[in-house]
Amino acid sequence: MIGWTTLLLLMSAATPILFAALGEAIAERSGVLNLGVEGMMITGALAGFAAAHATGSPLAGFVAGAAAGAAISLIFGVLTQYLLTNQVATGLALTMFGLGLTAMFGRPYEGVKAPSMPGGPLGVNWAIWLGLALVPVTWFVLNRTRRGLILRGVGENHDAAHALGYKVRLVRLTAIAIGGALAGIGGAYVSIATVLQWTEGMTAGAGWIALAIVVFAGWSPWGVLAGAWLFGGVAVLQLRLQAAGVAVPVQLLSMAPYLATIIVLVIISARQKYRGRGSAAPGSLGRPFHATR
Amino acid sequence: MNRRTLLASAAALALTAMLPALPAMAQGTPIPEGEKLKVGFIYVGPVGDGGWSYQHDLGRKAIEAHYGDRIETSYIENVPEGADAERALTQLALAGNKLIFATSFGFMDAVINTAAKFPDVRFEHATGYKRAENVATYDARFYEGRAVLGTIAGMMTKTNKVGFIGSFPIPEVMQGINSTFIHLRKVNPDVELKVVWAYTWFDPAKEADAASALLAEGVDVILQHTDSTAPLAKLQEKGGIGFGQASDMAAFKPTPRVSAIIDNWEPYYIKRVGEVLDGTWASHGVWLGIKDGEVGIGEITEAVPAEVKAAAEAMRDQIAGGYHPFTGPLNKQDGSAWLAEGQTPTDEELASMDFFVEGITAQIPR
Repeated sequence: MIGWTTLLLLMSAATPILFAALGEAIAERSGVLNLGVEGMMITGALAGFAAAHATGSPLAGFVAGAAAGAAISLIFGVLTQYLLTNQVATGLALTMFGLGLTAMFGRPYEGVKAPSMPGGPLGVNWAIWLGLALVPVTWFVLNRTRRGLILRGVGENHDAAHALGYKVRLVRLTAIAIGGALAGIGGAYVSIATVLQWTEGMTAGAGWIALAIVVFAGWSPWGVLAGAWLFGGVAVLQLRLQAAGVAVPVQLLSMAPYLATIIVLVIISARQKYRGRGSAAPGSLGRPFHATR
Repeated sequence: MNRRTLLASAAALALTAMLPALPAMAQGTPIPEGEKLKVGFIYVGPVGDGGWSYQHDLGRKAIEAHYGDRIETSYIENVPEGADAERALTQLALAGNKLIFATSFGFMDAVINTAAKFPDVRFEHATGYKRAENVATYDARFYEGRAVLGTIAGMMTKTNKVGFIGSFPIPEVMQGINSTFIHLRKVNPDVELKVVWAYTWFDPAKEADAASALLAEGVDVILQHTDSTAPLAKLQEKGGIGFGQASDMAAFKPTPRVSAIIDNWEPYYIKRVGEVLDGTWASHGVWLGIKDGEVGIGEITEAVPAEVKAAAEAMRDQIAGGYHPFTGPLNKQDGSAWLAEGQTPTDEELASMDFFVEGITAQIPR
């Protein structure tokens, strides 16, 4: 029963949260906690759908979704990095702003159909392949390049990075924009590839799951992939089992990824306590940076 | 959670809502010509949801068209259930609305509280069961529409596998699944009904995934009791047919959407506004169905063969003529007897339905 079709469904269900969580992991690695993932995703979902509908090309839709996600994330970036607003409050506001904005501008697109998504190798569309490819790329850039090192340095200790002459705000703004673009692609995937239409509020909490996955993953791209597949896999598997007529404890299964997140958090903090290992969270995560010199 | 989620717990208490009108208690006097009646609405979702709230707003537009400048309407959309609803209702009452429609189950307590403060304002609450002298309730027999769709589905399936995307295992949805299954089997003894619970009213991605999971099991006809059009979009992509839910969902005609259950609140709204205008409005609780025009069957498209269409229309007309979709002999899923030959359930029984009928192999999640 858990054959290729199920795996396909799983990968498809995991793709939006994979993109969004990868983006959020990059932003958080630079020390920015952006709780506006849901708002950026829904913006990408609408912009992507609108562009795909207007041009007839899903590719144009994904590009537009990325651009819109990045654009709206920069509002958050300017507010938190230059005007030093509280990151948690601003992120929450970004989510509400995105939901409201898309509800308003999405009206003309209700009931409109999306162009069909071209298939790719092995019957997997290329957006899924792109998501998978981004995992090693993100890992490599973060851990094996100078830019990645600077980004992580800014996230671990912004004062030290600043003292060394790195432009903390510019690095963070870039990370925020990349996070926004990836969340936008994730949102566009929901409207263009999964649901094939625009509906108000259609991301329905996927952004929050992405945020949970970043913590579950310990801020690592491979962990993000595992988390996205776990969340996506459980969601799809329980639907498949139900459709096959197997009696499954739906509530238990739906709960499983969240339970796993809590267990991982407990393990992380226990490791910190008993082995003296540092937390996986970036040292400056969520702290405002103000250059005093 | 939203309007109908609480129905499960409410069901037991809902019984009175299904009884015929309470003793009439005429309220107020006719509204003189030249004086405008202000009518307010609160919606749980956006009017553009294409389903539930959209249909209620069509009702609002219908009374405007019907009564012209004798009335004036306004609405507040996206009202969360709970304390916020009381604020919205108070706002409408203070704005001079003398008749207010609250169109979601979860507005119930807010309606009762606000009604106590504004005794001269009449309230109409959809799908609830708490009433007062100035609070009436109204609901629709969606399961009647399911009997018609089940007839179409049973005749149209080639794989003999029909899928149902359920929201929550509450009586309203259980009635729908049972009614669907009974009428599937009436026209096709070999058909199998596969049920997937989405545990949401509105999550397009999850609804689409549920449709995919059903299609992967060989299902070729899908019914849904969730609010978005995502399952229809999925059917359009992958093949198979489905139905509009709550609204016509005409964008998916002629296929995959081959018909629809439409919640038509217009006749009820027109009637009740008229009663306020001529001073005969009274509190009551009603549960209306196909014969009252409250549950409508959307156009059956040319994708359906003529004999299937005829059978579906015959079923619709039979229900309008008094046939009850739950007519015995019927057993429960565990084989125990439920209804004897020719027997029909009481509205109380239906309002607390928590079991599948015999023949459904799916399990109710516990």
